[in-house]
Amino acid sequence: MALLQITEPGQSAAPHQHRLAVGIDLGTTHSLVASVRSGTAVALPDVAGRALLPSVVHYQADGEIDVGWDARSNAAKDPRNTIVSVKRFMGRGIADIADAKTMPYEFIESPGMVKLKTVVGELSPVEVSAEILKVLRLRAEESLGGELSGAVITVPAYFDDAQRQATKDAARLAGLSVLRLLNEPTAAAIAYGLDNASEGIYCVYDLGGGTFDFSILRLTRGVFEVLATSGDSALGGDDFDQAIFNWLTESLKLDALTVEDRRLLLTEARLAKERLTDDAVTEISCSLLNHSTVSAILSREMFIELTKPLLGKTFGPVRRALRDADLQVEDVQGVVLVGGATRMPHLRVAVTDFFYREPLTNLDPDKVVALGAAIQANALVGNRGGDELLLLDVIPLSLGIETMGGLSEKIIPRNVTIPSARAQDFTTFKDGQTAMSFHVVQGERELVSECRSLARFDLRGIPPMVAGAARIRVTFQVDADGLLSVSAREQTTGHESQITVKPSYGLTDTEITGMLSAGIANAEHDKNMRALREAQVDARRLLDATEAAMAESGHELLSKLEWNEIWSQIYELAELLIMGDANSLESLRQCTETLNAVTTTFASRRMDESINKALSGRQIESINI
Amino acid sequence: MAVTLTTTAASRVQKFLDSRGKGIGLRLGVKTSGCSGMAYTLEFVDEALPEDMIFESNGVKVLIDPTSLVYMDGTELDYAKEGLNEGFKFNNPNAKANCGCGESFSV
Repeated sequence: MALLQITEPGQSAAPHQHRLAVGIDLGTTHSLVASVRSGTAVALPDVAGRALLPSVVHYQADGEIDVGWDARSNAAKDPRNTIVSVKRFMGRGIADIADAKTMPYEFIESPGMVKLKTVVGELSPVEVSAEILKVLRLRAEESLGGELSGAVITVPAYFDDAQRQATKDAARLAGLSVLRLLNEPTAAAIAYGLDNASEGIYCVYDLGGGTFDFSILRLTRGVFEVLATSGDSALGGDDFDQAIFNWLTESLKLDALTVEDRRLLLTEARLAKERLTDDAVTEISCSLLNHSTVSAILSREMFIELTKPLLGKTFGPVRRALRDADLQVEDVQGVVLVGGATRMPHLRVAVTDFFYREPLTNLDPDKVVALGAAIQANALVGNRGGDELLLLDVIPLSLGIETMGGLSEKIIPRNVTIPSARAQDFTTFKDGQTAMSFHVVQGERELVSECRSLARFDLRGIPPMVAGAARIRVTFQVDADGLLSVSAREQTTGHESQITVKPSYGLTDTEITGMLSAGIANAEHDKNMRALREAQVDARRLLDATEAAMAESGHELLSKLEWNEIWSQIYELAELLIMGDANSLESLRQCTETLNAVTTTFASRRMDESINKALSGRQIESINI
Repeated sequence: MAVTLTTTAASRVQKFLDSRGKGIGLRLGVKTSGCSGMAYTLEFVDEALPEDMIFESNGVKVLIDPTSLVYMDGTELDYAKEGLNEGFKFNNPNAKANCGCGESFSV
């Protein structure tokens, strides 16, 4: 006899047509699966009643694969074949993994993504993640009594294309059909937003095992708009364990530790951290492989002291996101805490102090992301009637085009919601120019050389016109999947050229965060560089125009003295321009100014002459004024 | 004519209604489909229909349209756990045959 769930009015499915959908939080330290049952999102526990599944996979020589709690307890014994925090390697090359040296794994560089050498052979992080997802899929199918129609899987907001693709591949490998990848903070907001029917500006402070994500979202009538996201892809609860570990090894002078000892101490450090949530003092004691005993007492005060810098590091991205969204702390109506690490009492105090309000904690911070994903999955398979859930995403880094002088002209600024389209008119730089080359770039910096190059394309067939007369409309369009297409169209002839690019292609999240902070740190330098480049472009334009005019009518219209004066000024400016000295901004401007001044008389004579030419030999009546 | 809810089923329904935040009760029904001809439906109710028959069992309002009631008179709705799975179960004295999966039945 099948067990039935209550559905929304009018949404009853025909027998055997139940659309079972789950939300999966594929986390760095823990993963879990949730589903909406009888209108309520619940995490699905295992036989022992545990909802969390440690994201740990243990490969044994006989081909047996353990996932979860058993694998984790074996971690200390067989670290090389026990893969923990595999999420950090998803879609990453070996160069992206900063602390690869301190990890107990044997990494193998392979195109696109690292591989891990284990007893069962070389494994891709995708395969390891798939093992975790497989366990969750089976648990869900057993709990829901049928095959799944689809799953929503959450990823950190900063995951780039490669990492998102890797996550999708892992899901496919595990036999799941992915309805959508959802940003973790957004999932958390869905869980809170719908369950509590709250409206306003909300922040999601997500300190997971390995990543920190901070997002600002606006919730209005069931519509979620991401106003800003920021974060640190290399900061998480694991680092708090590491801080205790470092304190242990330093204070007890433990060196020459084996990988097993290292893992054991890290596990002890994590347990101590968890105990300090409720206790003021905790004891760490264990025996190492060489039978020596490690014993230490750690107080909560000491722990707070040790991890103060880590906690402080989270507020940089918080401030940046607030600035991006043009918001003050007072505008925030609520802060959602996500991730097991947010259970730490001193973290909650720090967040409360920063935002002047108590963070929302009524949903389990470990489960909230999966619950939100489950709600989204339920809506996507069509089990929810009526009030539609719309999710808007943003462009993480500004998109622009290279203009004269190697400057980036931003066309779509970052944090604009997608889908989005923006157009800007450009013009030709030289007389008779018939083609234009476009260079599409992404980044916050003013100079193209410091932004990420995305694509190049040419527009040909511009009718020859004087410089500045052509109107070329460049349109940037980003669709709902984050795909960018750029087109350029010459307005008079309708000649068009276009290209499609994926904005985040090839950008790692470290690069994204790096590029963001560099943009802020170098704003002053960039501004000066921009001014210099603009001055150079102006000078070049004036030189070109003057030289052309001199060749055309300099001999007829200028005295020897005037001729020499203009040429010496041309040489002086040309020389300054060639030197390209960054400090020469002022002299370049002055020199351009002088050339402009000495050619004023010449210019007016040319003007008179062309009027004369136009009028000479014609009767006054024949001229229409 | 009546249908009833076991106390477990009633408390579950009440809990689901509470967390949903709206709804006046539970609608039971049958529709013609499935491998054995008829299938049960189980839905939240936001608005009662004029023809609805309304019962109250263990504090929960149960709504059934008159046609469905013909096939469901005397049914008891229970909430059961089977392994990891849990959900509602119809004990319908009118059902003569259930399909293997129990999602549909015939009278």
